[in-house]
Amino acid sequence: MYFAKELLDQSSTLRKKWEDEVKRVVAKNPDQKPEPLWSTVSDLPIKRLYTPEDIKDMNFAEDISYPGQFPYIRGNQVTGYRGKFWTFRMFSGMGDAKTTNERWHLLLKEGQTGLSTAFDFPTLMGYDSDSPKARGECGKCGVAIDTLEDFMQLVDGVPMDKVTTSMTINPPATALWAMYCAAAQIRGIPLDKIGGTIQNDMLKEFIAQKTLMCPPEPSVKLISDTVEFGTKYVPRWNTISISGYHIREAGSTAVQELAFTLRDGMEYVEDVLRRKGLDIDSFAMRLSFFYNSHIDFFEEIAKLRAARRIWAKAMRDRYKAKDPRSWWMRFHTQTAGCSLTAQQPYNNVVRTATEALAAVLGGTQSLHTNSLDEVLCLPSDHAVQIALRTQQIIAEETGAANTIDPLAGSYFVEALTNEMEEQAWDYIHKIDDMGGMVSAIEKGFPQLEISDAAYKYQRQIDANEKIMIGVNKYVSEKVEPIPFLEIDDSVETEQIARLTAVKRKRDNKAVKKCLDDLKNACKKGENVMPYCIEAVKELASVQEICDVYREVFGEYRDPGLY
Amino acid sequence: MAQRRLRVMVAKPGLDGHDRGARVLSRCFRDAGYEVIYTGCHQTPEQIAAAAIQEDVDMVGLSCLSGAHRYLFPAVKKLLVEKGADDIVVVGGGIIPDQDFKLLYDAGITALFTPGTTLESIVEWINTNVKPR
Repeated sequence: MYFAKELLDQSSTLRKKWEDEVKRVVAKNPDQKPEPLWSTVSDLPIKRLYTPEDIKDMNFAEDISYPGQFPYIRGNQVTGYRGKFWTFRMFSGMGDAKTTNERWHLLLKEGQTGLSTAFDFPTLMGYDSDSPKARGECGKCGVAIDTLEDFMQLVDGVPMDKVTTSMTINPPATALWAMYCAAAQIRGIPLDKIGGTIQNDMLKEFIAQKTLMCPPEPSVKLISDTVEFGTKYVPRWNTISISGYHIREAGSTAVQELAFTLRDGMEYVEDVLRRKGLDIDSFAMRLSFFYNSHIDFFEEIAKLRAARRIWAKAMRDRYKAKDPRSWWMRFHTQTAGCSLTAQQPYNNVVRTATEALAAVLGGTQSLHTNSLDEVLCLPSDHAVQIALRTQQIIAEETGAANTIDPLAGSYFVEALTNEMEEQAWDYIHKIDDMGGMVSAIEKGFPQLEISDAAYKYQRQIDANEKIMIGVNKYVSEKVEPIPFLEIDDSVETEQIARLTAVKRKRDNKAVKKCLDDLKNACKKGENVMPYCIEAVKELASVQEICDVYREVFGEYRDPGLY
Repeated sequence: MAQRRLRVMVAKPGLDGHDRGARVLSRCFRDAGYEVIYTGCHQTPEQIAAAAIQEDVDMVGLSCLSGAHRYLFPAVKKLLVEKGADDIVVVGGGIIPDQDFKLLYDAGITALFTPGTTLESIVEWINTNVKPR
């Protein structure tokens, strides 16, 4: 028991007195809205008050403990943020490699401490800029990368052995990671000196983000290849960033984000154990996570704390990891794009600041703060600077980083953390019963759960049961125009010209041989990474590599569930 | 004779995977009593136009949040016109900056719905402006 019996008895007596008072007051002055509407943005009911009785069943050593100790609810680092703040890592990429490289250098100059790459849709889907499928998309939502030449331009002047780089890339992750490795080798930096992250989480693509290429089974196999290669040769690299961000943006609740993300993580662990026969403690510490921080402040803090505890328990008890570092859940957080509004866009600065503070109080290791204009376009220089400054203000002015896990012990926060953990385990066990996540995805289970939640939320917004300021309350007729970053259509023409020139000058025989070798490796079930690195060095393109995968493993089409 | 139900296609052209709006609208249209065909993500304009004609729909709703609407929306409309289906109403939604509205209207897109639009107002617009062909 978490509290002495005497305290609980006192609490119970005083609570009854308070409840009587509440009844008396509410009879005269009713609450502003009925009971069910006092709930989180995810519709989790919240009580008027939380007391010691709500957390009386907790076990201090097993459930809370200390930073750097199981179950890590209070953080992985024993010194908290005093030794080092979270990494200020702004997701950025637009137009061509040169433009993005300039933005990166601007961000590093302004105090950013890690890089994060946004690719355009053709790159994300494994198509080159000259593919008919890429028409109209080149450089629009991120940077266009076709070959190692573009990539060398992207990382020009970036100290690859000092700054870590994250790449949001999924189906073509092997090709882009191979480019990073090749670029390092060309610059004479050994692979064991580079650090960073590839997102490389295909399960959440099928569930939510929908950058799709091959069916689930071979997709997971390619991911296990990267885990194995990283474990052996690139030990500072996080080979998967198991992501809830996109699950949430697709409309899930906070509990669904928590549950589906962690169950995805378990699926990868099980595949690597089964397929590669690696020891759990050899790779578990390189698995990283990525969460959304939405607008409901306490729900997000509770979610992040619960996530660490669930993962620690799963790694220790379910997968029998022995090294405590395998029990750590390290994660990046991004504030919620879907919480921002096109109406009265300057309000987005306030939303982002609140969400960023929740991420910090939840103990994130890395953070992206959205720019106020991201609901309309890619961020302009000025907007991205405000977003970065938001993190710096939280870190250095607010005092939020002074003490570790400051909300621990709060009756409310601990009770909410427990409740979210419990609901997440229910989902995890349900998916276990379906035969795992790949099988649940094939049944459409997570996809339809998310659609239910998204539709319900939209109905609640339309009915003013949930509020978005500027959208369904305090609507302003006055439109505030904001500066708008537009990616010129000429980016496409220039990028295609660059690719054509590369294809003309490279040794096409050597490229073909590399791609044939890759194809054979795929057929034989060998690890594809060494073949990818050879191929990109010969200037094989992202699409040429992905076409091999499509040919050998087949193509997956969005079944269009709703 | 009772009018037949409206047949509505919700389509995701291009490589964009942001399908929350498309999924929510598909459900909303189903609840509004329309027959709904949702294409899923990553359809080419050619695939959308062909499917719209084959499914004999009254309206195509295109959703794009990647910035490629300037190319993709007009491409769908143009293909429908070329195939003699110029009476299929084409509307669009997503992240469409104000300055692109004129280009899209000029290309024959009848209406554009951007973030913040209520489901109810979209259904009301369709009930007023789209009739079974």
